[in-house]
Amino acid sequence: MSEGLLGSEWFRLILGLLIVLAFSQLNALFLVWLERKVAGHLQLRPGPMEVGPHGLLQTIADGVKLVGKELILPFKADRKLFFLAPVMVFMPVLVGFLVLPFSRGLIIRDMNVGVLLVFAFSTITVLAILTGGWASNNKYALLGAVRSVAQNVAYEIPLLLAVLSVVLVVHSLSFAKIVEYQKTVWFIFLQPLAGLIYLIAATAETNRAPFDIPEAESELVAGFHTEYSGMGFGLFFLAEYTNMFIVCAVATSLFFGGWNGLFGISLGIPGVFWFLLKTYFLIFVIMWVRWTFPRVRFDQLMNFSWKVMIPLSLANIVITAIVVKII
Amino acid sequence: MENSGLNFILQAAFWGTVALTVAGAAIAIFPKNILYNVLGLALALTGIAGFYLFLGSLFVALMQLLIYVGAICIAIVFAIMLSRPLHIEAPARPTGKVLLGILASVVFFVGAVGVALKTKWTPAAGHVYKASQWSVEHVGDALLTRYELVFEVISLVLLVAIIGAVITAGFSRRISS
Repeated sequence: MSEGLLGSEWFRLILGLLIVLAFSQLNALFLVWLERKVAGHLQLRPGPMEVGPHGLLQTIADGVKLVGKELILPFKADRKLFFLAPVMVFMPVLVGFLVLPFSRGLIIRDMNVGVLLVFAFSTITVLAILTGGWASNNKYALLGAVRSVAQNVAYEIPLLLAVLSVVLVVHSLSFAKIVEYQKTVWFIFLQPLAGLIYLIAATAETNRAPFDIPEAESELVAGFHTEYSGMGFGLFFLAEYTNMFIVCAVATSLFFGGWNGLFGISLGIPGVFWFLLKTYFLIFVIMWVRWTFPRVRFDQLMNFSWKVMIPLSLANIVITAIVVKII
Repeated sequence: MENSGLNFILQAAFWGTVALTVAGAAIAIFPKNILYNVLGLALALTGIAGFYLFLGSLFVALMQLLIYVGAICIAIVFAIMLSRPLHIEAPARPTGKVLLGILASVVFFVGAVGVALKTKWTPAAGHVYKASQWSVEHVGDALLTRYELVFEVISLVLLVAIIGAVITAGFSRRISS
């Protein structure tokens, strides 16, 4: 009896891991293409067109090029940490997939602390960015890493507070329960402020414009990954785009009803399609924002977080607690 | 037989976690490079989160990761960024300071060993896997009933730390301007 159990459990684990790995690669390939297309069309140009129909195979060609390139270790760089950082940055991203609720029953593991799991592991990304930037022994890389740490500390707080106000209403940290709760009304309507704060903070967490000061091209060359070449750079890139997917998937499940249709009308479309549709729409919004707004200055960024976002999210959580207690 | 195989994996995982924690602690102390120290500390604290998993509380393990690895280690990194660059030779430490440091760590070590020896340890086998015992609800309940005083005292400590930080920052700013 235990043999079959063990066998099936191992099988599920390995299969899940393989699917996650394949999905994260495909997703990143697609998102990079989408980013270039969105950027192109927003600037009234077609974007990549040459490789494949509408340039669809462009990122595959780029990926093959990246794999083939030499890994260059800069002179005086810290050898061990330099190669550890790209590995470290990808690890927490994979863990996030464990608890994402793609559909009812389509969750690798529905943990009762799932929300916490995603955010607990996402903090490791900051540590990895810092390690990479510091180990490169390059002043631009170090500056980028320092900025990234300061920014992430500032935006982690409103992010978690916004998530907490949803958790307060549902009384659970499980993704499945939170999505179940939004069967008719999505949380973006009940908690619009928390949703907005989450989206802004999430954009900052993934180091995307207008909060991309850790890798500001015009100031810091490429920020923390300036010295990385080949797949070293590739892993940072992959992690960034997978991170974007996870952040948007979490936003979908916390604020936009997850696998539920709008106001409980599912139109007979399976939940997983609703989920992916909403997630990719949010990703599109984040890209849209990136190519619309200019980069903020560092002091503006800090002031906005500490003086606007954190007080607002604190007020939101207090009001939510009072309302939940009264009703 | 299969059960013993599972047991072996569990044992191996446990001792792996122990090795990870001890290695992290060693890295946190011995290398001269302060960034290695922080990463070692992060590794050791992650290992401790692993122990909470073995004790059956995923919630406490994740909080450990979020607070200690995510917040404390990053805060230490901040302190490092404000310190002198690594390539500048550090001045020799005054003997008095070293002695005080040794004294403080000996007091702590004796205290910790004393507590560890005096405690009547019971095998965890009886209450492992009772996830409900250390669930979110239980931890929250205990914090606001039985450990209320400790909880409040900790917030007092944090308040003192915040006031101290504000005063320190304000003081140095007044000097420089």
